[in-house]
Amino acid sequence: MKTVKLDARNLLCPMPVIRVQNRVLELDPGTLLEATCTDPGVLNDIPAWCRINGHRIVDTRVEGSDYIITVKVGECSNE
Amino acid sequence: MTEKRKAVVLVSGGLDSLLAAKVVQDQGVHVEGINFYTGFCVEGHTHAIRKSDKARPKRNNALWVAEQLGMKLHIIDIIEEYKNVVLNPKHGYGANLNPCLDCKVFMVSKAREWIERNGFDFIVTGEVVGQRPMSQRKETMPVVSSESGADDLLLRPLSARNLPETLPEREGWVYREQLHGFSGRSRKPQISLAKQYGFDDYAQPAGGCCFLTDANYSAKLSDLWQTRGEKHYELDDIMLLKVGRHLRPRPHFKVIIAREEGESRFLQGYRKQFSHLETVSHTGPLALVDGDVDAEDMELIARLVARYSKGRGEKQVELEVTGLDGVRHRLTVAPLLAHEIPGTWLL
Ligand code: SF4
Repeated sequence: MKTVKLDARNLLCPMPVIRVQNRVLELDPGTLLEATCTDPGVLNDIPAWCRINGHRIVDTRVEGSDYIITVKVGECSNE
Repeated sequence: MTEKRKAVVLVSGGLDSLLAAKVVQDQGVHVEGINFYTGFCVEGHTHAIRKSDKARPKRNNALWVAEQLGMKLHIIDIIEEYKNVVLNPKHGYGANLNPCLDCKVFMVSKAREWIERNGFDFIVTGEVVGQRPMSQRKETMPVVSSESGADDLLLRPLSARNLPETLPEREGWVYREQLHGFSGRSRKPQISLAKQYGFDDYAQPAGGCCFLTDANYSAKLSDLWQTRGEKHYELDDIMLLKVGRHLRPRPHFKVIIAREEGESRFLQGYRKQFSHLETVSHTGPLALVDGDVDAEDMELIARLVARYSKGRGEKQVELEVTGLDGVRHRLTVAPLLAHEIPGTWLL
Protein backbone atom coordinates (compact mmCIF):
# COMPACT_ATOMS: atom_id res chain seq x y z
CA MET A 1 0.00 0.00 0.00
CA LYS A 2 1.22 3.46 -0.84
CA THR A 3 2.41 5.59 2.08
CA VAL A 4 2.72 9.33 1.68
CA LYS A 5 4.74 11.31 4.22
CA LEU A 6 3.95 14.71 5.64
CA ASP A 7 6.24 16.85 7.77
CA ALA A 8 4.13 18.89 10.21
CA ARG A 9 6.86 19.44 12.79
CA ASN A 10 7.17 22.74 14.66
CA LEU A 11 3.59 23.62 13.86
CA LEU A 12 1.02 24.18 16.56
CA CYS A 13 -2.55 22.93 16.42
CA PRO A 14 -4.63 23.37 14.42
CA MET A 15 -1.97 23.82 11.70
CA PRO A 16 -0.94 20.12 11.62
CA VAL A 17 -4.61 19.17 11.28
CA ILE A 18 -5.02 21.63 8.42
CA ARG A 19 -1.93 20.18 6.69
CA VAL A 20 -3.26 16.64 7.08
CA GLN A 21 -6.70 17.71 5.84
CA ASN A 22 -5.33 19.45 2.77
CA ARG A 23 -3.04 16.55 1.89
CA VAL A 24 -5.84 13.98 2.37
CA LEU A 25 -7.94 15.94 -0.13
CA GLU A 26 -5.37 15.18 -2.82
CA LEU A 27 -5.07 11.45 -2.03
CA ASP A 28 -7.03 8.44 -3.20
CA PRO A 29 -9.08 6.39 -0.71
CA GLY A 30 -6.99 3.67 0.88
CA THR A 31 -3.75 5.67 0.74
CA LEU A 32 -1.77 5.87 3.96
CA LEU A 33 -0.63 9.31 5.10
CA GLU A 34 2.11 9.39 7.71
CA ALA A 35 2.25 12.74 9.49
CA THR A 36 5.18 13.65 11.71
CA CYS A 37 4.26 16.30 14.28
CA THR A 38 5.72 17.86 17.42
CA ASP A 39 2.64 19.41 19.07
CA PRO A 40 1.15 16.81 21.42
CA GLY A 41 -2.26 18.36 20.71
CA VAL A 42 -2.32 16.31 17.49
CA LEU A 43 -2.87 13.15 19.54
CA ASN A 44 -6.40 14.41 20.09
CA ASP A 45 -7.06 16.65 17.15
CA ILE A 46 -6.02 14.41 14.23
CA PRO A 47 -8.06 11.42 15.46
CA ALA A 48 -11.07 13.71 16.10
CA TRP A 49 -10.75 15.17 12.61
CA CYS A 50 -10.52 11.65 11.15
CA ARG A 51 -13.59 10.42 13.03
CA ILE A 52 -15.64 13.36 11.76
CA ASN A 53 -14.52 13.15 8.19
CA GLY A 54 -14.53 9.40 7.65
CA HIS A 55 -10.82 8.55 7.78
CA ARG A 56 -9.06 6.11 10.07
CA ILE A 57 -5.98 6.23 12.27
CA VAL A 58 -4.00 3.05 11.71
CA ASP A 59 -0.94 3.80 13.78
CA THR A 60 0.34 6.28 16.36
CA ARG A 61 3.89 6.23 17.65
CA VAL A 62 6.22 8.48 19.56
CA GLU A 63 9.84 8.80 18.45
CA GLY A 64 11.85 11.16 20.62
CA SER A 65 9.96 14.44 20.48
CA ASP A 66 8.03 13.46 17.35
CA TYR A 67 4.48 12.13 17.22
CA ILE A 68 3.97 10.04 14.11
CA ILE A 69 0.37 9.43 13.12
CA THR A 70 -0.68 7.29 10.16
CA VAL A 71 -4.06 8.03 8.60
CA LYS A 72 -5.82 5.78 6.13
CA VAL A 73 -7.76 7.92 3.70
CA GLY A 74 -11.45 7.00 3.77
CA GLU A 75 -13.98 6.66 0.97
CA CYS A 76 -15.78 9.92 1.58
CA SER A 77 -14.00 12.87 0.15
CA ASN A 78 -13.62 15.90 2.34
CA GLU A 79 -15.01 18.58 0.08
CA MET B 1 -39.09 19.67 1.41
CA THR B 2 -38.22 17.40 -1.46
CA GLU B 3 -34.53 17.86 -2.09
CA LYS B 4 -32.21 17.81 0.92
CA ARG B 5 -30.74 21.29 1.19
CA LYS B 6 -27.17 21.88 2.26
CA ALA B 7 -25.91 24.52 4.67
CA VAL B 8 -22.50 25.40 5.98
CA VAL B 9 -22.20 26.71 9.53
CA LEU B 10 -19.40 28.96 10.78
CA VAL B 11 -18.07 27.04 13.77
CA SER B 12 -16.13 28.95 16.38
CA GLY B 13 -16.19 26.16 18.92
CA GLY B 14 -18.56 28.00 21.25
CA LEU B 15 -22.13 27.25 22.21
CA ASP B 16 -23.95 29.56 19.79
CA SER B 17 -22.69 28.01 16.58
CA LEU B 18 -23.29 24.54 18.04
CA LEU B 19 -26.92 25.42 18.71
CA ALA B 20 -27.43 27.22 15.41
CA ALA B 21 -26.17 24.19 13.51
CA LYS B 22 -28.35 21.84 15.56
CA VAL B 23 -31.51 23.90 14.97
CA VAL B 24 -30.99 23.76 11.20
CA GLN B 25 -29.91 20.12 11.21
CA ASP B 26 -33.11 19.24 13.08
CA GLN B 27 -35.09 20.64 10.17
CA GLY B 28 -33.63 18.03 7.85
CA VAL B 29 -30.92 20.17 6.33
CA HIS B 30 -27.49 18.61 5.60
CA VAL B 31 -25.05 20.71 7.62
CA GLU B 32 -21.25 20.86 7.47
CA GLY B 33 -18.98 23.17 9.43
CA ILE B 34 -16.26 25.62 8.50
CA ASN B 35 -13.75 26.82 11.04
CA PHE B 36 -11.39 29.62 10.09
CA TYR B 37 -7.91 29.72 11.53
CA THR B 38 -6.66 33.29 11.75
CA GLY B 39 -3.56 32.76 13.92
CA PHE B 40 -5.24 34.66 16.78
CA CYS B 41 -7.62 31.87 17.73
CA VAL B 42 -7.48 30.90 21.38
CA GLU B 43 -7.99 27.34 20.24
CA GLY B 44 -5.14 24.94 20.17
CA HIS B 45 -1.99 26.78 21.01
CA THR B 46 -1.79 27.85 24.57
CA HIS B 47 -2.62 24.46 25.95
CA ALA B 48 0.14 23.01 23.82
CA ILE B 49 2.66 25.55 25.06
CA ARG B 50 2.07 25.90 28.77
CA LYS B 51 3.02 22.94 30.81
CA SER B 52 0.69 24.02 33.60
CA ASP B 53 -2.24 23.63 31.21
CA LYS B 54 -1.33 20.03 30.49
CA ALA B 55 -3.83 18.69 32.98
CA ARG B 56 -6.73 20.24 31.09
CA PRO B 57 -8.15 18.12 28.31
CA LYS B 58 -6.53 19.08 25.05
CA ARG B 59 -9.49 19.50 22.86
CA ASN B 60 -10.12 21.52 19.78
CA ASN B 61 -13.58 22.89 20.44
CA ALA B 62 -14.54 23.26 16.79
CA LEU B 63 -13.77 19.57 16.22
CA TRP B 64 -15.68 18.74 19.38
CA VAL B 65 -18.74 20.65 18.15
CA ALA B 66 -18.61 18.87 14.79
CA GLU B 67 -18.42 15.53 16.54
CA GLN B 68 -21.42 16.31 18.73
CA LEU B 69 -23.44 17.01 15.63
CA GLY B 70 -22.02 14.21 13.51
CA MET B 71 -21.06 16.70 10.82
CA LYS B 72 -17.94 17.21 8.76
CA LEU B 73 -15.66 20.11 9.62
CA HIS B 74 -13.42 21.96 7.21
CA ILE B 75 -10.66 23.94 8.91
CA ILE B 76 -9.44 26.72 6.69
CA ASP B 77 -6.16 28.58 7.07
CA ILE B 78 -6.85 32.28 6.43
CA ILE B 79 -3.74 33.60 8.18
CA GLU B 80 -2.44 35.63 5.23
CA GLU B 81 -5.71 37.12 4.01
CA TYR B 82 -6.81 37.91 7.54
CA LYS B 83 -3.93 40.34 8.02
CA ASN B 84 -5.76 43.00 6.09
CA VAL B 85 -8.76 42.62 8.42
CA VAL B 86 -6.60 43.19 11.50
CA LEU B 87 -4.42 45.90 10.00
CA ASN B 88 -7.04 47.98 8.18
CA PRO B 89 -10.50 47.37 9.60
CA LYS B 90 -12.97 49.57 7.75
CA HIS B 91 -15.32 49.54 10.74
CA GLY B 92 -12.56 49.98 13.31
CA TYR B 93 -11.75 48.06 16.46
CA GLY B 94 -13.83 47.04 19.46
CA ALA B 95 -12.74 47.54 23.06
CA ASN B 96 -9.29 46.14 22.18
CA LEU B 97 -7.69 45.35 18.84
CA ASN B 98 -10.61 43.13 17.85
CA PRO B 99 -11.98 44.10 14.45
CA CYS B 100 -15.13 42.04 15.06
CA LEU B 101 -17.40 43.57 12.44
CA ASP B 102 -14.84 43.37 9.63
CA CYS B 103 -13.91 39.90 10.83
CA LYS B 104 -17.51 38.68 10.59
CA VAL B 105 -17.94 40.25 7.15
CA PHE B 106 -14.73 38.60 5.98
CA MET B 107 -15.57 35.16 7.35
CA VAL B 108 -19.09 35.19 5.93
CA SER B 109 -17.71 36.29 2.56
CA LYS B 110 -15.24 33.37 2.64
CA ALA B 111 -18.14 31.07 3.50
CA ARG B 112 -20.08 32.47 0.56
CA GLU B 113 -17.21 31.63 -1.78
CA TRP B 114 -17.06 28.18 -0.21
CA ILE B 115 -20.75 27.39 -0.73
CA GLU B 116 -20.47 28.48 -4.36
CA ARG B 117 -17.50 26.18 -4.92
CA ASN B 118 -19.06 23.26 -3.13
CA GLY B 119 -22.67 23.47 -4.24
CA PHE B 120 -24.19 24.34 -0.87
CA ASP B 121 -27.37 26.38 -0.53
CA PHE B 122 -26.92 28.74 2.40
CA ILE B 123 -24.79 29.89 5.34
CA VAL B 124 -25.59 29.60 9.04
CA THR B 125 -24.04 31.52 11.93
CA GLY B 126 -24.70 31.51 15.66
CA GLU B 127 -25.06 35.30 15.81
CA VAL B 128 -27.66 36.75 18.17
CA VAL B 129 -29.00 40.31 17.91
CA GLY B 130 -27.56 42.45 20.68
CA GLN B 131 -25.26 39.74 22.01
CA ARG B 132 -22.00 41.54 21.36
CA PRO B 133 -21.50 45.29 21.43
CA MET B 134 -19.79 45.59 18.07
CA SER B 135 -20.62 42.92 15.55
CA GLN B 136 -23.96 41.64 16.78
CA ARG B 137 -26.07 44.79 17.07
CA LYS B 138 -29.37 45.22 15.30
CA GLU B 139 -27.75 47.82 13.00
CA THR B 140 -24.65 45.78 12.22
CA MET B 141 -26.23 42.43 11.43
CA PRO B 142 -27.47 43.64 8.01
CA VAL B 143 -23.96 45.04 7.39
CA VAL B 144 -22.51 41.53 7.70
CA SER B 145 -25.13 40.15 5.27
CA SER B 146 -24.68 42.83 2.65
CA GLU B 147 -20.93 43.55 2.79
CA SER B 148 -20.10 39.85 2.69
CA GLY B 149 -22.25 39.47 -0.40
CA ALA B 150 -24.15 36.65 1.31
CA ASP B 151 -27.32 38.80 1.58
CA ASP B 152 -30.33 36.65 2.26
CA LEU B 153 -28.36 33.43 2.02
CA LEU B 154 -27.20 34.14 5.57
CA LEU B 155 -29.43 32.60 8.23
CA ARG B 156 -29.06 33.18 11.98
CA PRO B 157 -31.30 30.49 13.42
CA LEU B 158 -30.99 31.72 17.02
CA SER B 159 -32.22 35.21 16.18
CA ALA B 160 -34.04 34.71 12.88
CA ARG B 161 -37.42 35.77 14.17
CA ASN B 162 -36.06 39.20 15.02
CA LEU B 163 -34.58 39.62 11.57
CA PRO B 164 -35.98 39.97 8.04
CA GLU B 165 -36.91 36.73 6.32
CA THR B 166 -34.08 35.05 4.44
CA LEU B 167 -34.13 32.94 1.30
CA PRO B 168 -34.01 29.56 3.12
CA GLU B 169 -37.14 30.64 5.05
CA ARG B 170 -38.96 32.01 2.01
CA GLU B 171 -38.22 28.90 0.00
CA GLY B 172 -39.38 26.63 2.81
CA TRP B 173 -35.96 24.99 3.23
CA VAL B 174 -36.36 25.80 6.91
CA TYR B 175 -39.48 26.81 8.85
CA ARG B 176 -39.29 30.23 10.42
CA GLU B 177 -41.65 29.15 13.24
CA GLN B 178 -39.08 26.57 14.29
CA LEU B 179 -36.28 29.12 14.46
CA HIS B 180 -35.62 31.29 17.50
CA GLY B 181 -35.99 34.93 18.44
CA PHE B 182 -33.17 35.35 20.95
CA SER B 183 -31.83 38.84 21.56
CA GLY B 184 -29.72 40.75 24.03
CA ARG B 185 -26.74 39.91 26.14
CA SER B 186 -28.32 37.26 28.31
CA ARG B 187 -26.98 33.74 27.78
CA LYS B 188 -29.99 32.15 29.47
CA PRO B 189 -31.91 31.20 26.30
CA GLN B 190 -28.82 29.50 24.86
CA ILE B 191 -28.10 27.68 28.08
CA SER B 192 -31.65 26.39 28.32
CA LEU B 193 -31.66 25.33 24.64
CA ALA B 194 -28.38 23.50 25.22
CA LYS B 195 -29.98 21.71 28.14
CA GLN B 196 -32.95 20.76 25.99
CA TYR B 197 -30.59 19.20 23.45
CA GLY B 198 -28.52 17.53 26.15
CA PHE B 199 -25.29 19.43 25.44
CA ASP B 200 -23.43 20.02 28.66
CA ASP B 201 -19.70 20.01 28.10
CA TYR B 202 -19.51 22.96 25.71
CA ALA B 203 -16.75 25.59 25.78
CA GLN B 204 -17.52 28.99 27.22
CA PRO B 205 -14.83 31.44 26.17
CA ALA B 206 -14.89 34.53 28.35
CA GLY B 207 -14.22 37.47 26.05
CA GLY B 208 -14.60 36.16 22.56
CA CYS B 209 -13.23 33.67 20.15
CA CYS B 210 -9.77 35.17 19.76
CA PHE B 211 -6.81 36.81 21.49
CA LEU B 212 -7.61 40.17 19.90
CA THR B 213 -10.35 40.71 22.50
CA ASP B 214 -7.75 40.38 25.25
CA ALA B 215 -6.51 43.74 26.60
CA ASN B 216 -3.10 42.43 27.52
CA TYR B 217 -2.55 40.75 24.17
CA SER B 218 -3.71 43.87 22.33
CA ALA B 219 -1.28 46.03 24.32
CA LYS B 220 1.59 43.78 23.19
CA LEU B 221 0.43 43.89 19.59
CA SER B 222 0.20 47.67 19.54
CA ASP B 223 3.64 47.87 21.15
CA LEU B 224 4.94 45.71 18.31
CA TRP B 225 3.49 48.04 15.69
CA GLN B 226 4.64 51.17 17.48
CA THR B 227 8.22 50.06 17.92
CA ARG B 228 8.49 48.75 14.38
CA GLY B 229 7.12 52.02 13.07
CA GLU B 230 4.60 50.19 10.88
CA LYS B 231 1.47 48.13 11.21
CA HIS B 232 2.54 44.72 10.06
CA TYR B 233 2.93 41.18 11.43
CA GLU B 234 4.00 37.67 10.56
CA LEU B 235 2.57 34.51 12.10
CA ASP B 236 5.66 34.07 14.28
CA ASP B 237 5.17 37.56 15.74
CA ILE B 238 1.62 36.92 16.83
CA MET B 239 2.44 33.47 18.18
CA LEU B 240 5.26 34.89 20.30
CA LEU B 241 2.91 37.47 21.78
CA LYS B 242 0.99 34.60 23.36
CA VAL B 243 4.03 33.27 25.18
CA GLY B 244 6.16 34.48 28.08
CA ARG B 245 6.60 37.76 29.91
CA HIS B 246 7.28 40.62 27.51
CA LEU B 247 9.37 43.45 29.00
CA ARG B 248 10.58 46.56 27.24
CA PRO B 249 13.31 48.19 29.33
CA ARG B 250 14.35 50.53 26.49
CA PRO B 251 12.46 51.67 23.39
CA HIS B 252 14.83 49.82 21.04
CA PHE B 253 14.55 46.35 22.48
CA LYS B 254 12.18 43.94 24.16
CA VAL B 255 12.92 40.81 26.19
CA ILE B 256 10.65 37.75 26.12
CA ILE B 257 11.13 35.62 29.23
CA ALA B 258 9.57 32.17 29.53
CA ARG B 259 7.33 31.79 32.57
CA GLU B 260 7.74 28.06 32.88
CA GLU B 261 9.28 24.98 31.32
CA GLY B 262 6.67 24.50 28.59
CA GLU B 263 7.20 28.08 27.42
CA SER B 264 10.99 27.67 27.53
CA ARG B 265 10.64 24.65 25.27
CA PHE B 266 8.41 26.57 22.89
CA LEU B 267 10.79 29.56 22.79
CA GLN B 268 13.71 27.24 22.04
CA GLY B 269 12.25 26.89 18.55
CA TYR B 270 13.04 30.59 18.01
CA ARG B 271 16.68 30.56 19.17
CA LYS B 272 18.03 30.93 15.64
CA GLN B 273 15.98 34.06 15.01
CA PHE B 274 16.88 35.96 18.18
CA SER B 275 19.82 36.64 20.46
CA HIS B 276 19.03 34.69 23.60
CA LEU B 277 20.11 34.11 27.16
CA GLU B 278 20.10 31.12 29.46
CA THR B 279 21.20 30.99 33.08
CA VAL B 280 24.15 28.69 33.75
CA SER B 281 24.80 28.88 37.48
CA HIS B 282 21.14 28.47 38.47
CA THR B 283 17.97 27.07 36.98
CA GLY B 284 16.25 29.77 35.01
CA PRO B 285 14.10 30.64 32.04
CA LEU B 286 15.09 31.01 28.42
CA ALA B 287 14.91 34.63 27.24
CA LEU B 288 14.82 36.02 23.70
CA VAL B 289 15.96 39.53 22.83
CA ASP B 290 14.00 41.38 20.16
CA GLY B 291 15.98 44.40 18.88
CA ASP B 292 19.55 45.53 18.31
CA VAL B 293 21.42 45.78 21.57
CA ASP B 294 24.91 46.79 22.64
CA ALA B 295 27.05 45.40 25.46
CA GLU B 296 25.56 47.74 28.03
CA ASP B 297 22.00 46.75 27.05
CA MET B 298 22.96 43.08 27.22
CA GLU B 299 24.29 43.51 30.74
CA LEU B 300 20.94 45.00 31.77
CA ILE B 301 19.06 42.17 30.05
CA ALA B 302 21.23 39.58 31.80
CA ARG B 303 20.48 41.17 35.17
CA LEU B 304 16.77 41.16 34.32
CA VAL B 305 16.77 37.50 33.27
CA ALA B 306 18.77 36.61 36.41
CA ARG B 307 15.98 38.20 38.43
CA TYR B 308 13.57 35.60 37.05
CA SER B 309 15.94 32.69 37.78
CA LYS B 310 16.34 30.60 40.90
CA GLY B 311 19.39 32.74 41.68
CA ARG B 312 17.36 35.90 42.15
CA GLY B 313 18.38 36.20 45.81
CA GLU B 314 22.09 35.55 45.13
CA LYS B 315 24.83 38.11 44.69
CA GLN B 316 25.79 36.85 41.25
CA VAL B 317 24.28 34.73 38.50
CA GLU B 318 26.13 33.44 35.47
CA LEU B 319 24.40 33.41 32.10
CA GLU B 320 25.28 32.31 28.60
CA VAL B 321 24.48 34.80 25.86
CA THR B 322 24.17 33.64 22.25
CA GLY B 323 24.24 36.29 19.56
CA LEU B 324 22.37 36.21 16.27
CA ASP B 325 25.58 34.95 14.65
CA GLY B 326 25.59 31.97 17.03
CA VAL B 327 28.65 33.24 18.92
CA ARG B 328 28.39 32.57 22.66
CA HIS B 329 29.84 34.30 25.65
CA ARG B 330 29.25 34.26 29.36
CA LEU B 331 28.23 37.07 31.67
CA THR B 332 28.21 37.12 35.45
CA VAL B 333 25.84 39.72 36.83
CA ALA B 334 23.96 40.80 39.92
CA PRO B 335 20.23 40.10 39.52
CA LEU B 336 18.10 43.24 39.39
CA LEU B 337 16.19 43.95 42.56
CA ALA B 338 12.40 44.02 42.43
CA HIS B 339 12.26 47.82 42.73
CA GLU B 340 14.72 48.17 39.84
CA ILE B 341 12.15 46.75 37.42
CA PRO B 342 9.58 49.52 36.83
CA GLY B 343 6.04 48.35 36.14
CA THR B 344 6.13 50.26 32.86
CA TRP B 345 8.62 47.74 31.43
CA LEU B 346 6.04 45.00 31.49
CA LEU B 347 3.91 44.98 28.36
S1 SF4 C 1 -13.49 37.92 18.68
FE1 SF4 C 1 -11.90 37.71 17.11
S2 SF4 C 1 -12.55 35.99 15.84
FE2 SF4 C 1 -14.34 36.64 17.03
S3 SF4 C 1 -15.41 38.11 15.70
FE3 SF4 C 1 -14.06 39.31 17.00
S4 SF4 C 1 -12.16 39.52 15.82
FE4 SF4 C 1 -13.33 37.84 14.89
